[in-house]
Amino acid sequence: MAEKCKTCELFDSGHRACGGCGAALAARLVTKAAGEETIVVSSTGCMEVFSTPYPETAWKVPWIHSLFENAAAVASGIEAALKKQGRKEKIVIMAGDGATFDIGMICISGAFERGHDFTYICYDNEAYMNTGIQRSGATPYDASTTTSPAGSHSFGNKRPKKDMPAILAAHGAPYVATASIAYPADLMQKVEKAINTPGPCYVQVHAPCCTGWGFEGDQTIAIAKLAIETGLWVNFEMVDGKVTKAKKVVRKPVTEYLKTQKRFRHLFKPKQQDAEIAAIQAMADRNAEKYGIDIKLKKE
Amino acid sequence: MMEITEGSHAVAEAVRLCRPQVVSAYPITPQTHIVEALADFVANGTLDAEYITVENELSALSACVGASAAGSRTYSATTSQGLALMFEVCFNAAGMRLPIIMSIANRAMGAPLSIWNDQQDSIALRDSGWLQFYAEDNQEATDLHYIAYRVSEDPKVLLPSFVCFDGFILSHTYEPVDMLSQEDVDKYLPKFTPAEKLDAKDPISFGMYATPEYYLEFRYETDKALKGAKEVIAQAGKEFKALFGRDYSAPVEGYSLDDAETVIVAMGSICGTVKDAIDEMRAEGKKVGLLRIRVFRPFPSEEVAESLKGAKRVAVLDKNISLGAKGATVLEVKDALYGSTIPVKGYVLGLGGRDVRKKDIKEIVSLVETGQGDQFYGLRREVL
Repeated sequence: MAEKCKTCELFDSGHRACGGCGAALAARLVTKAAGEETIVVSSTGCMEVFSTPYPETAWKVPWIHSLFENAAAVASGIEAALKKQGRKEKIVIMAGDGATFDIGMICISGAFERGHDFTYICYDNEAYMNTGIQRSGATPYDASTTTSPAGSHSFGNKRPKKDMPAILAAHGAPYVATASIAYPADLMQKVEKAINTPGPCYVQVHAPCCTGWGFEGDQTIAIAKLAIETGLWVNFEMVDGKVTKAKKVVRKPVTEYLKTQKRFRHLFKPKQQDAEIAAIQAMADRNAEKYGIDIKLKKE
Repeated sequence: MMEITEGSHAVAEAVRLCRPQVVSAYPITPQTHIVEALADFVANGTLDAEYITVENELSALSACVGASAAGSRTYSATTSQGLALMFEVCFNAAGMRLPIIMSIANRAMGAPLSIWNDQQDSIALRDSGWLQFYAEDNQEATDLHYIAYRVSEDPKVLLPSFVCFDGFILSHTYEPVDMLSQEDVDKYLPKFTPAEKLDAKDPISFGMYATPEYYLEFRYETDKALKGAKEVIAQAGKEFKALFGRDYSAPVEGYSLDDAETVIVAMGSICGTVKDAIDEMRAEGKKVGLLRIRVFRPFPSEEVAESLKGAKRVAVLDKNISLGAKGATVLEVKDALYGSTIPVKGYVLGLGGRDVRKKDIKEIVSLVETGQGDQFYGLRREVL
């Protein structure tokens, strides 16, 4: 793994993220894995705002933010310029799920189709957190957000999460992976692999948001782990469009994950919504089957 | 060397001579011939650039933002709807002080859809912080690209520029153009070596967010640099004249202006028609002149006021309209003449490719002489 940067910190302390912010941890781990010879392109969003209030910056690598939707296009231009200048820096995009799944989709599709050499990291906290917790295409089924609120006529977000990794793999991306801030060594390895793979690569990092999801800041890692352990988030790798590796688990029921967060509270109070929970369990079961993540315990 | 060539090709050739390292391209009528020509240059090795075929105009300019921030000279071209799609990026590029050059083959804005010429597209971006040059003919359209790169990349300016030339009327018209040689352009336009860029050896952050304690100052600095660009244009124009003979040092150009009682103010290719009409009116003894605005941003208020001080009346032609108010140029001219008693009337005309002819110019002169104006000119009342 990223031996050269085990000790270096390229995303500095003193930024304005909430205590327990999953995205801030993602930024720290990604820059560690990427190393100093990296140019970071950010989209508008929480990370951009909490890391660069002028005249302070948390980034110890060259960093640029242009707009919400255009990080992939900005990165395309940087890559072209570096090529022409004979420079060797690596380009890493850091964008949230709103910037990636929704508003940046056209720019991403264009840049991946053109085959620029960069690594696109989506820090996925599953809603528009910077504007105050609105649903995005990455928001999971039944999560309550300010634009998909649970109520007497609603169980929250009506649609399951968009499958971005599959979309980018379909563009011919040579390397696509999902990772979690709960597994830092795995995350850094994947980032390093993406950076060292020529062409446009994508790593989607599950980054729980204590403010948006409704849990205490000291629970971020535990909740990220539960997402994996219930099969609601799968850590996998795709090389040339084929899944080559997925993290296996002894699965827990999805309720263990759902119960930890206020965004799913309405599934349990005032009364438990068994049909909704069963639907979410079925999604986890499908994930488990699709990626083959279940560890079968031997019967004695 | 004098060549008879299409406007778009002449512009593409000028761009080639400026040696951009990164070109982003997206087709849109009537700009497309420029990026097609540049693609040919790259394919045949006469332009050593990365040519990015983006998926829309927002990405076209965004790619220039990235490339420019990384320290490369960049270029793109667009018009109308494409420019409107870049709206957000235009403000962003100027705010980040990136000296990108874009050719705008001016075209009307939909709806209704129109591929034909007026200047609504670039005028709508007048507040975005870009320099705006307007060419009268294809000679000027090419030369203004050399000037624009020189001025935009000047450390005192560091702002992007539109080089505007009228769609179809200039972009698709064959005219004789004196093309500079590579040696000439290299002499005039030094390599782009920005003091600050994205560079792992010296990491800096671009495009941070500013709280109310800082935002106002950022805007002040950008406005100051844009206004200061006037002096840099003057110097760049002087040097261009010394080397190649053509003079672009002034932001405005007068024609038969000295003793003119009625002065027409206009921008772009319409000025050729105005000049012909003036020649005919002068032959009839009418004291009519033209003040052509070459640089709309920064707006040359002092030069306009100085040039118009002897006029008895002013007729401003606008190929644009700020709907609900007036044409952009007449508003600027009135502001420049604030406090004077010279009557200024505005005429919105030629929108969406409607032809403007010498007889129209003469009619407008009659209208302003009788105090009629601040109107759309040339309406076909039978279809209203």
